[in-house]
Amino acid sequence: MYVRTGLLAAGLGLAAIAVLPAAAQTPKKGGTLTYMIPADAPPSFDGHRETTFATVHAGAPFYSVLIRVPPDNPASTTDFVCDLCTEMPKPTDGGKTFTFKIRPDVKFHDGAKLTAQDVATSWTYIVFPPKGVTSARVSYYEMVDKIEAPDDQTVVFRLKRATTAFLPALADPFAWIYKKEQLEKDPHWYEKNILGSGPFKFAGYEVGQVIKGVRNPDYYHKGQPYLDAIEGVFADKQSVRVEALRGDRAAIEFRGLPPSARDQLVKEAGKDVVVQDSDWNCGNILTPNQRKKPFDDVRVRKALALAIDQWAGAPALAKIANVRTVGGIVFPGSPLAATKEELQQIAGFWPDINKSREEAKRLLKEAGAEGLKFELLNRNVDQPYKYVGTWAVAEWKKIGLNVEQKVVPTGPWFSNMRAGTFDVAMEANCQSVVNPVLDTGKYLPHTVYPENYGGYTDPKSIELYEKMQVETDPAKQRAAMRAFEKHTLDTMAHEIVLPYWYRIVLARSYVKGWKISPSHYLNQDLANVWLDK
Amino acid sequence: MTITARTPVAPGAAADELPEIQRSPLHAVRQFVRRQPLGTLGLLIVVVMFAAGAMAGWIAPYDPEANDFAAMMQAPSWEHLLGTDQLGRDIFSRLVFGARTALLVGFSSAVVGGVIGLVLGVTSAYFGGWFDLVFQRVLDVLMAFPLIILALAVVAVFGTGVVNVIIAITVPLVPRCGRVVRASALAVREVPYVDAARALGFSHARIVLRHMVPNVVAPFLILLSAFVGQAILAEASLSYLGLGVQEPVPAWGLMLQGGAEEYATTAPWIAVFPGLAIVLTVLGISLFGDALRDAIDPKLRDR
Amino acid sequence: MYRYIVTRLLLAVPTLAGAAALVFVLMRLIPGDVCVIRLGAGGAHVDAASLAACRQQLGLNDPMIVQFLDFLWNYATFNFGISMWSGNPVIHEIAIRLPVSLEIAVLATVIAILIAIPLGTISALKENTWLDHVVRVLAIAGIATPSFWLGIMSLVLVLDITYLATGHAWRPPITFVSFWQDPLANLSIIALPAITVGYRYSAVTMRLTRSAMLEVMREDYIRTARAKGLLEKIIINRHALKNALLPVVTLIGIEFAFLIGGLVVTEQVFNLNGIGRLLVQAVQNQDNVLAQALVMLVVAVFVIANLVVDVLYAWLDPRIRYS
Repeated sequence: MYVRTGLLAAGLGLAAIAVLPAAAQTPKKGGTLTYMIPADAPPSFDGHRETTFATVHAGAPFYSVLIRVPPDNPASTTDFVCDLCTEMPKPTDGGKTFTFKIRPDVKFHDGAKLTAQDVATSWTYIVFPPKGVTSARVSYYEMVDKIEAPDDQTVVFRLKRATTAFLPALADPFAWIYKKEQLEKDPHWYEKNILGSGPFKFAGYEVGQVIKGVRNPDYYHKGQPYLDAIEGVFADKQSVRVEALRGDRAAIEFRGLPPSARDQLVKEAGKDVVVQDSDWNCGNILTPNQRKKPFDDVRVRKALALAIDQWAGAPALAKIANVRTVGGIVFPGSPLAATKEELQQIAGFWPDINKSREEAKRLLKEAGAEGLKFELLNRNVDQPYKYVGTWAVAEWKKIGLNVEQKVVPTGPWFSNMRAGTFDVAMEANCQSVVNPVLDTGKYLPHTVYPENYGGYTDPKSIELYEKMQVETDPAKQRAAMRAFEKHTLDTMAHEIVLPYWYRIVLARSYVKGWKISPSHYLNQDLANVWLDK
Repeated sequence: MTITARTPVAPGAAADELPEIQRSPLHAVRQFVRRQPLGTLGLLIVVVMFAAGAMAGWIAPYDPEANDFAAMMQAPSWEHLLGTDQLGRDIFSRLVFGARTALLVGFSSAVVGGVIGLVLGVTSAYFGGWFDLVFQRVLDVLMAFPLIILALAVVAVFGTGVVNVIIAITVPLVPRCGRVVRASALAVREVPYVDAARALGFSHARIVLRHMVPNVVAPFLILLSAFVGQAILAEASLSYLGLGVQEPVPAWGLMLQGGAEEYATTAPWIAVFPGLAIVLTVLGISLFGDALRDAIDPKLRDR
Repeated sequence: MYRYIVTRLLLAVPTLAGAAALVFVLMRLIPGDVCVIRLGAGGAHVDAASLAACRQQLGLNDPMIVQFLDFLWNYATFNFGISMWSGNPVIHEIAIRLPVSLEIAVLATVIAILIAIPLGTISALKENTWLDHVVRVLAIAGIATPSFWLGIMSLVLVLDITYLATGHAWRPPITFVSFWQDPLANLSIIALPAITVGYRYSAVTMRLTRSAMLEVMREDYIRTARAKGLLEKIIINRHALKNALLPVVTLIGIEFAFLIGGLVVTEQVFNLNGIGRLLVQAVQNQDNVLAQALVMLVVAVFVIANLVVDVLYAWLDPRIRYS
């Protein structure tokens, strides 16, 4: 069975595509959900501190957040709903103040009542981390001026300026609400311990093996959770996860499997397995190092972009790697994204690849960089880094470039990029909540965005971005975004955006209630999941 | 145990063996083939692999690095004798070019590592004392040290590439050779013959070279043939862990990594053929090494 | 004999120190550090202040010599440190994973010895017969096979065979159960990896047993014994085997010590939570403290195994003594 929620159609030649009936079935209570977590153990269980999905997949069922993407429509890029609040507030004071009312019926798993004080303190630790406390996403919240809890039922966020980037940032899936008492007593306690107010209570953890939870009978969303218990099994190796799904030892794997695994499982398990897929808010980007000659020459960079046949490569790669959709700097599912026609105006996306490559060769010749030899720095991960890297190298070969891949483990990959000791780097750009305004900040020069490894300065780029950022009229914002995109990818060819990743989630067909979203960080508290058996 | 005179005929020995006369090399070869059928088979396999690697440019039907997205993961057919891998590359072509890498890595690492180990091991056994003490400790450290850390450090600092892989693989081979050679040399060292030779005024070098080394040559050769195989296998393991040769260079170990495991049940040919190539090559080298050792073992030769 | 053992133990100290220095230097040669990996895991950007705080907290900003002396001093006082990645004591991380690796190693060794020594001896005694050839080819094939390939192939084979035989493909359980909890389930998980590792191990041992036996059987004292009319069986057991076993014992000892570290690939293939995999993770996460501890452990095991082997060696051959 096949449920499609992605935006672009793709013919994969699989048998009978059936669509789930629109009418929802009544959830059944009971059962244990065993799911696979594609990682070795997470470094810690502290959501504020970590950035790995392993922490979210392991810990999210135990915690509550303030607001989140809607669990029954997590693919939405514009809606947010309350978890701990009573209703989504309208911003006041010119869009700079958000006042949240907290539900009165929430209890932590140890029985203590959860109040606005806990919410405010947790958020304070996230936005204004005290000395010695790590908050990995603190920069998302630079627009926040003050957080207040005037009483036990109210939390107020005061911003420095109005911006559409705030609410998506507030819905961050790592922003778990901790107990104020515990945080103040020992902020590092949550790294090894789990105490939340979420749908499941912590029931045990075997290092590197499995994490267990049982239903929270006092959960404030009445009727949920449907499951009696959950079991998250850590398995770094893909073949183990696929085997577990195939043999019904596990019911679902939430991150995403490559197309080969999907084809395999669908062929063998038939209707016992359901596939959900979606574009992924993650992608690879090729970044030429403009501190090194000849990558400081825009003609060379443009040639690199023109050589790559995105439109033909993406569907081919989609068969073996988890990429699919050709896109620009904005996530393809968002209203701010470019249409195919708009993309085709940009270098590297021209419909005629031969013309494109001719132009590339011409530019190289003009720049005196024919037959250029360089190294592509890539990360030692198969899916999809190495596949995409091998493909890019082959494409560059077609315009006479001689490229070798330098594949290194994660640590050296990062540090080489940060130190600027590379020719061209294959980066990854993964975001959680779709937030195009914030997400495209990645393409700003490093003076504004330190994690831009291209090593260039470009005041025009900053100007265009800021114009787009403050625009409130959707049509005008879209136009501004196109201008920023064209400048980044075509005029200056600072970066080359490769096909976006594609998330393929496989589950046994009795798993119901969970819907896929563009990010593997989202919608993981499992409160609305039930087993039809 | 004696080193000098041996009884010319012993029960169980080949009774039809004539006293040694210098015959033509052709005769020696024919004798070898007759006496050591397995060794000959091994030699044949090695020769085939060498030839495949040397003539790769001519016999490979496709460019081993050319992606062909229209022909991904095809089963063996007339167009692609051994099928294609997950990027559409012809496996036979990759196998044939991979022979080059495998044999290069294998022999380079084995020879360099083995020779260094031999020299150090024999010297250490001969001189004993402090030199032996320190040397033993260094050997212990290198031998116990997990290859993965070494390889990772080499890769992280020097980058990937065939030469760096060879360096990484040579290091653990030196102590393994040194230790076994030293053990064999020690057994010889205690014999009164050596003391007598020293008393007669023979130099260290002469004693070592003419009397200790020949007695450790047999285990050394069998070790060397094992080393070539182990080096090829070590390259495979390192590639499996992502620390060996990198894409898109055709190398057997690399072909077994990543995609091969992912598709082991749907497209087994991707993993089976490179694995078989490794097994066959190492098998051939080992069989030949064994036979060679049997043929030139000085204890046998004295008959 | 006691002096020998004590001297060897004393000599182990510089070995361990050498290993410590080597692993310390190598881990720090690798660019990047655990903080960058931990904070940048998602591919999203890394906050500079968090990075600096993390490094400060883990002592990564201290000068090298300080870090090294710290390391040595801690080990001298049996403080093996806290893992930089998980924050748990290193002892704890290793203790929960050691039983898995040990079980595989021991089982593999048992399989190897049980197969190798009898087969190697028979092969030597029946030199150049078809039995000898078959055994030799099998042995050499065992060494020639990459263990992870063998592991992958064996998994696929077991899957296919059980599917064909019973219509239901068998797979090992996904979570590890200890032998004491459920021996059958435990063995079903350990069996394949132990056989994969054991096959190689037995192959190496078989070859050396054969070659050592061949050499010994040609010795003069064997011929003398035969000439004296001693029973072949007594010759083999009392004279030949004991001397042949000298290099074999050395090899078994060396291989066992090497085995623990060599489980790295096997544990990857079979997804077992042992110290081999822990080492891979420690190295990938650049968790210096954990990697150092594991290397020291492996080296210590190696040194002890060698000591045991050498003592046995000296006991079996009175001519060899530590001088």
